[in-house]
Amino acid sequence: MEQKYNVSSNPHVRDAMTTSRIMQLVVIALLPATLFGIWNFGFRALLVVAVTVLSSVMFEWIYDKLMHKPNTITDFSAVVTGLLLALNMPPQIPLWMPVLGSAFAIIVVKQLFGGLGQNFMNPALAGRCFLMISFAGKMTDFAVSDGFRGAVDTVTGATPLAALKVQGFIEGTSVPVKNLFFGNIQGTIGETSALAILIGAVILLAFKVIDLKIPLTYIGSFTVFVIIYMLCTGMGFNGNYLLSHLFGGGLMLGAWFMATDYVTTPITFKGQLVYGCCLGVVTAVFRLFGGSAEGVSYAIIFCNLLVPLIEKATYPVAFGKGGKKS
Amino acid sequence: MKANTPSERLINGIIKENPTFVLMLGMCPTLAVTTSAVNGIGMGLTTTAVLAASNLLISLLRKFIPDGVRMPAYIVVVASFVTIVQMLLEGFLPALYASLGLYIPLIVVNCIILGRAEAYASKNPPIPSLFDGIGMGLGFTLSITCIGAVRELIGAGQLFGRQILPLADAAAGKMGYEPVTIFILAPGAFFVLALLAAIQNKFKLGAAKKGIDPSNPDKCGGACASCGNTMCKGGKHE
Repeated sequence: MEQKYNVSSNPHVRDAMTTSRIMQLVVIALLPATLFGIWNFGFRALLVVAVTVLSSVMFEWIYDKLMHKPNTITDFSAVVTGLLLALNMPPQIPLWMPVLGSAFAIIVVKQLFGGLGQNFMNPALAGRCFLMISFAGKMTDFAVSDGFRGAVDTVTGATPLAALKVQGFIEGTSVPVKNLFFGNIQGTIGETSALAILIGAVILLAFKVIDLKIPLTYIGSFTVFVIIYMLCTGMGFNGNYLLSHLFGGGLMLGAWFMATDYVTTPITFKGQLVYGCCLGVVTAVFRLFGGSAEGVSYAIIFCNLLVPLIEKATYPVAFGKGGKKS
Repeated sequence: MKANTPSERLINGIIKENPTFVLMLGMCPTLAVTTSAVNGIGMGLTTTAVLAASNLLISLLRKFIPDGVRMPAYIVVVASFVTIVQMLLEGFLPALYASLGLYIPLIVVNCIILGRAEAYASKNPPIPSLFDGIGMGLGFTLSITCIGAVRELIGAGQLFGRQILPLADAAAGKMGYEPVTIFILAPGAFFVLALLAAIQNKFKLGAAKKGIDPSNPDKCGGACASCGNTMCKGGKHE
């Protein structure tokens, strides 16, 4: 008899969007920032990106093989982790460091906790912080020797954010906001150009991979905090100072690509708003009062750890439950 | 092997019931002071001395200490020995005293010491109790020295304070080892503890899979005196 009914358990309605498709879209959305980084920092940056992505995929494959698990490299999540980690590396880093970072990200943070969907913090950022704590000198050495865009300052200097922290924004001597926006400045491979990151963000928004809740509450609460800080410290409102904080450093990359990682963000509507606000405030506190100039990566992995609590607090009441006991 | 003989107690403390990797006791000093192998040995031997002495004294006094106030009594005994050891360290090994710092007075509330007093010394004769203390202490020393050595080697390229791996020197253009500093910071303690516990579990996997057979007291090592397994029917006849 011909089978007319397909008997199966729910869910019955499925979306065409799969994990690997989402991950591929994230890779595509990261391409503008990646290509800009390579153009900005030269061949060396391309090498760092290639090594980091390849080593991430390789560690994922090795772990699956050793643990006799199904091969998970086809879901592209290791590619995304590797690419994000690479975009967080300074271009002149010794190549074995990103390899160590991807080993930590993939094996310790992701696979030991159960693989994609079970990791308790963003693997790429955990890998970056591991390297940042271990090799602080090499990880903040942004000297560039060759770029594809011609005139590159070969001076080892403070990044715009570090200079901003020390002396505030000085008209004429500080890096112009225009450069911070377009990205011809020093920094890690992927964070310099706010424009390229925003192009990627538009791609993600257009394909509904992410929505605006977390990035906007993150950037919004950060802005509010910085404005309050400026007014309270007697600096007065300084638009350049604010924009330098927004476009300098890793805030844009973090807000659009890392804070929106599905696994490590709350799933409830209110929870996402709370999470975004936490991120903004914590980032601002780290940047303005902390020891180092940058605080985005620590802020995100710190708030990743708060996610279970935020979800518990914002868990919606089921229909018919709660309310007044009569 | 016959239970409660000195040699059985030593092996039990060092391998079978290793306080760090099997009982998971004394985590506070294990995580906090193991930044180098020398610190590990210092902390371990200090604890061993206190553990052996307090086990012996508590075992001798076990008939006199009323059950209701046994905890305060143990604490008084342990605290006296810790004070003695602390003064001796301060006088004769000031460098070690400085690097262990706060963690020496904290030996008083080390759960290995109170655990052995409660679980073993208060129920057993003096000689096995003394060797139980020495065995547990040596097991603890061995474990935290291993943790300290791994952390020191990876985190600073050193072993017992000697530079084993030559460091890189960018100014002189010298290639060499780039220390992974995170391993001598707090997270490194957790990484190395988990790693070493996983490795020793791998070697003991067979025993772990067999589990404890309640009907057969030989399988579990016969450590009935310190065993809280109420399901067990064997062994209690001793």
